[in-house]
Amino acid sequence: MKKLIECRHLTCAYGNAVVVKDVDLSVTSGEFVGVVGPSGSGKTTLLKAILKAIPPTHGHIDHSEGLRLAYVPQVETVDWNFPVTVTEVVVMTQSRHKWWPHITSKERADTELVLERLGLAGLGGRHIRELSGGQQQRVFIARALFHQPDLLVLDEPTSGVDVRTRHEMMHLLADLNEGGMSILLTTHDLNGLAAHLPRLVCLNTSVIADGTPNEVLTPEVLERTYGAPMEVLIHGGMPVVLEHGADEVSRRLSRRNAS
Amino acid sequence: MIICLGFDILEPYHFAFFRNGLVVATIAGALCGVLGVFVVLRGMSYIGHGLSHAVFGGAAASAVMGLNYFVGAGVWGVWSGVLIGRIARRRIIGADAAIGVVTTASFALGLALLNRYGQAKKSIEAVLFGSVLGVRTGDIIAVAVVTVVVIAVVVVAYRKMVFATFDPEVAEVTGVQVQWIEALLMVMLSLTILVTMRVIGTLLISALLVIPASVARMTTNSIARMLWVSPAIGAASGFLGMNVAYHLDTSVSATIILVSAVMFAVVYGATGVRGRVRISGLHHV
Repeated sequence: MKKLIECRHLTCAYGNAVVVKDVDLSVTSGEFVGVVGPSGSGKTTLLKAILKAIPPTHGHIDHSEGLRLAYVPQVETVDWNFPVTVTEVVVMTQSRHKWWPHITSKERADTELVLERLGLAGLGGRHIRELSGGQQQRVFIARALFHQPDLLVLDEPTSGVDVRTRHEMMHLLADLNEGGMSILLTTHDLNGLAAHLPRLVCLNTSVIADGTPNEVLTPEVLERTYGAPMEVLIHGGMPVVLEHGADEVSRRLSRRNAS
Repeated sequence: MIICLGFDILEPYHFAFFRNGLVVATIAGALCGVLGVFVVLRGMSYIGHGLSHAVFGGAAASAVMGLNYFVGAGVWGVWSGVLIGRIARRRIIGADAAIGVVTTASFALGLALLNRYGQAKKSIEAVLFGSVLGVRTGDIIAVAVVTVVVIAVVVVAYRKMVFATFDPEVAEVTGVQVQWIEALLMVMLSLTILVTMRVIGTLLISALLVIPASVARMTTNSIARMLWVSPAIGAASGFLGMNVAYHLDTSVSATIILVSAVMFAVVYGATGVRGRVRISGLHHV
């Protein structure tokens, strides 16, 4: 399998603050990789370094020749009031080579195909605010796919969405991966998303573990990653992560209500 | 002669100074309307006010040093604009603070230079309110040339400008030179202020960069349509404001601002909740 990206001893810092340290990571064609870790663990910085949006202070990032990357940002960072329609958002990734403002009929046709593939057929003329949460997510995936990427990079695709949207998103990403798309994403969501992925990377400035969910979602690795004790149960062959302390909180609250 | 409400509405057109002022005010309205769309959507509504203060610093310095106004103020204004962009990009302080720091410092320097070497009071009044009565052919040509250049740039770089405004991070990743686009916008703004400041003053520039674009935003959900509506509102404000100012014998700048503010109020009322939702995402409106 062809290596799409390879990070070797990658270190990134903002001023004196080292955010990502000595990371070795590669993604090969057809893989579906999730990066998990607590807030501030360097997940987004790692993605940005891979996208070459920020330069590493040490180490290297190699892209395979002619690699096309597409990035889907967190929906929470999007200005939903911005005056653009769905079609205008989708064709944005073609901006680099376009010197004429009008969207061509070919672009419109291509956009319709991508929208149809993502279950957004007929919504091209809608303003982005006039969509449901799940549809809004998919518009940004449509924009990424319009770029015809080899590797789809998503930052927290299920953050701030409801359970139904998260399910839709997981199925959509699984469909894309089955169709041959390589995917790299970050997530906070251990049980809802990470446990379902074929490969996980636990990050806390450095890589703590890299492997299948059953290999890396262990109490020992999770404590090193999150700095807090966690319990792992196996349910239907899949790991389910429980936070320690949650039961203690509920005991305290029920005692208080009883008294 | 057309007589309306006791006014001869064609009377001012007999005067060359009025015709010249009218042409500049109308074109400047359209020009600020085009750039205002990007200014407002970027949440940089204060930039017009700020940059015109910065250009004042350059104008003062060039007057003191005996340099040509356009060269001195132009270089200074463009440099200030690019500097604001650079400081804002570092994200330690936001664009609003960057504008505040760079432009007030520049204005203060201009003021100090004029205190020391020239007539400060007269120049400050001219900067704030401009002088439409003193419009020369050179001013009309300068405003027209900058307008043509700005329209050409916006047409050619439209998609990149929209992408860099909406989603700079992803634009950068997909190969759009966001820094260059931002610098280009700053240069266009500086040039606009440079050619219009002496004529219409900083107050009016600030208003024309914000109000027409905000009105346009309330009427449409499409940035492409905003780029038609906003200059039309700006030009109409300039044209109507000049005429009203003549007949009511009021300040041209103040009247143009009031005309555009009335348009804002009318559209705000007419579009109701829909319009209010649309401008709720705009900063500083």
